[in-house]
Amino acid sequence: MRLPYRIKFEPRTKDVPKWLPFATSMGAIIVAFIISGIVLWAIGGNPFRVYRYFFSAAFGSWGAFSDILVKATPLIMIGLGCAVAFKMNILNIGAEGQFYMGAFFASMVVLVPIIPLDSPKWMVLTLMAVMGILGGALYGFIPGFLKAMFNVNEIITTLMLNYVAVYWNNYWIFGKYSDAGFQMTPTFDKVAWLPRLADLAREHPFFSGITLHLGVVFGLVAAVLIWVILKHSRWGYEITLIGDNPKAANYAGINIKKNIILVMMLSGALAGLAGMSEVTGVVHRLQERISTNYGFSGVIVAWLAKLNPFAVIPVAILFGALIVAGREIQPSGLSFMIQGTILFLVISSDVFLRYKVSIVRRHQEEAA
Amino acid sequence: MNLLVIFRAGLSTGTILLIAAIGEILAERSGVMNLGVEGMMLIGAMAAFKVAHVTQNAWLGLMAGILAGGILSLMHGLVVISLQADQTVSGLSLTFLGTGLALVLGEGLTGLNTPTIPSFSIPLLSKIPYIGPIIFTDFNLLVYVGYLLIPIAWYFIYKTRPGMHMRAVGEKPSAADSLGISVYGTRYLYTFVGGCLAGLAGATISIAISPGWYSSLTTSGQGWIAIALVIFARWNPITAALGGYFFGMLRRFTLDLQGPAMLLGFRNPFFYNHNLVFFLQMVPFLLTIVALVWGSGAARRKRKGTPAALGIPYIRGERGL
Repeated sequence: MRLPYRIKFEPRTKDVPKWLPFATSMGAIIVAFIISGIVLWAIGGNPFRVYRYFFSAAFGSWGAFSDILVKATPLIMIGLGCAVAFKMNILNIGAEGQFYMGAFFASMVVLVPIIPLDSPKWMVLTLMAVMGILGGALYGFIPGFLKAMFNVNEIITTLMLNYVAVYWNNYWIFGKYSDAGFQMTPTFDKVAWLPRLADLAREHPFFSGITLHLGVVFGLVAAVLIWVILKHSRWGYEITLIGDNPKAANYAGINIKKNIILVMMLSGALAGLAGMSEVTGVVHRLQERISTNYGFSGVIVAWLAKLNPFAVIPVAILFGALIVAGREIQPSGLSFMIQGTILFLVISSDVFLRYKVSIVRRHQEEAA
Repeated sequence: MNLLVIFRAGLSTGTILLIAAIGEILAERSGVMNLGVEGMMLIGAMAAFKVAHVTQNAWLGLMAGILAGGILSLMHGLVVISLQADQTVSGLSLTFLGTGLALVLGEGLTGLNTPTIPSFSIPLLSKIPYIGPIIFTDFNLLVYVGYLLIPIAWYFIYKTRPGMHMRAVGEKPSAADSLGISVYGTRYLYTFVGGCLAGLAGATISIAISPGWYSSLTTSGQGWIAIALVIFARWNPITAALGGYFFGMLRRFTLDLQGPAMLLGFRNPFFYNHNLVFFLQMVPFLLTIVALVWGSGAARRKRKGTPAALGIPYIRGERGL
């Protein structure tokens, strides 16, 4: 069967216009919502009602918007970590595990306790942040080392380590530090709570109930740092070069193995910090399911942001909204499905970046 | 704890990994890496369970499971074969999509009952002394299907003409193309077949070997273990099957280890402190990593196994593989 029209792919010879990557990402989001709406409709739901509910649940009030920012906070850090690794073509899918390990290491400061809990707040929190970063970095080191030394597929190792991290955490939550047999540790001392806007409610009543915590600042600072590293440092240049052309990088004398390990550790450190920020800023204890699949959403955030550190922030906020709304709307797998569809569409729309796509009429083409 | 019980349980649950791994081997042999196995298994498990429950017919459920996995895999095919997108990321998004879709469509299925694929003993073969009672007695039909799949896949890959074409497309698509083999067609076909087998693996869980729908816990990472098995087995269905059975036995073994109060004359720590079981649950995942390290090392020494064009999109008329 021959259609009278044909879709024509022409490799791009000139640079991609600046607006196009942004446009394809936006397009992917919109089309993903349409497709998911059709699925909803097909199973007997009313997509308009669900989406209206979704927007009011997500953006309806300052309190709701603050919830979104709280959910976006770990996503910013994890998305940044994934973006750095992807930049070098290292697929770190283990942010989930690194997040748990960061949370675990940070919690040890309080649970062991590593320093006396009557120390000043800033000291406790700084140590917790350092431990969180350390935990994530160590957990990123393992797959990085295996990849660099034995060329072991990092996708599988990071994924397997995710499961291991969850069981590891469960052991300590249930077995060692359980609060009266519940699957959580006792609530941390106030000294280990990240400051929240709600803490200022006494002076500024406007902030009452606003749960946004200092972790969001970690995320924003990390975005600036990663941007500086990638754009203005020698290391960032090496990362980009290895990602673009590992052979050339090798000829240029760049130590690829060392960079694989370091980038995995940096990526893990950011996820670990996210874990620390979540236990100190939100749940205030170590417990099961502190992550609602942040690690996986972070992968999608990084991709949708086209690995741009600043673009990670708005995309993380969008995904924060998806997670917040996902808690409210039924069926519960919906936000997961929308995320998967978005990622699918983003990478397929890359075809527009590589090719000029046009529709031509066959008879015109044959005449020419 | 009984070695025979562990062995038989291994043959039974190992079938799930075996079917998924062989499907992935076929796809990867044609040059398409599909990391969406977990998602395809989950959607297969959900579709099989739902259709079997609604129609009260396990066979229709089985068909639905197979088709669901196959259809989902075609999305991956479209994106990576026609649109030449990154295979790794597309596979990952297929996992997210399959998981999300399975959760959305599988809402409310938890706890329901469904007809299942029957178990039986094979006449005559089950009468063979020693072997018969162990491997041909009282298994689910799909376990026997698994047995058959191993030699069929092996024979197909190494000894038949279409199998050779498939390998050619995965090794050197440009040469295959010049011989008149359709590279895109072949890749679509085996991506689809791989997806169907992943769907079958999922259906094997939900309506045959451990019937039920427990949302995303139904597959609990087995799709990823299947992918790791493929790398470990260096794309050989026989090794992959043995690995699958081994992981099946391991699962049962770690379960059984929690039972007895005494173990080889010692106090069994897993019996007295139930929380130590979390460490047992890590074992399959840690062992997968060990197997991968070992497999990668062996692959490097022997320099064989990996299809040369794996993961590389084929663009007709361009220089390349």
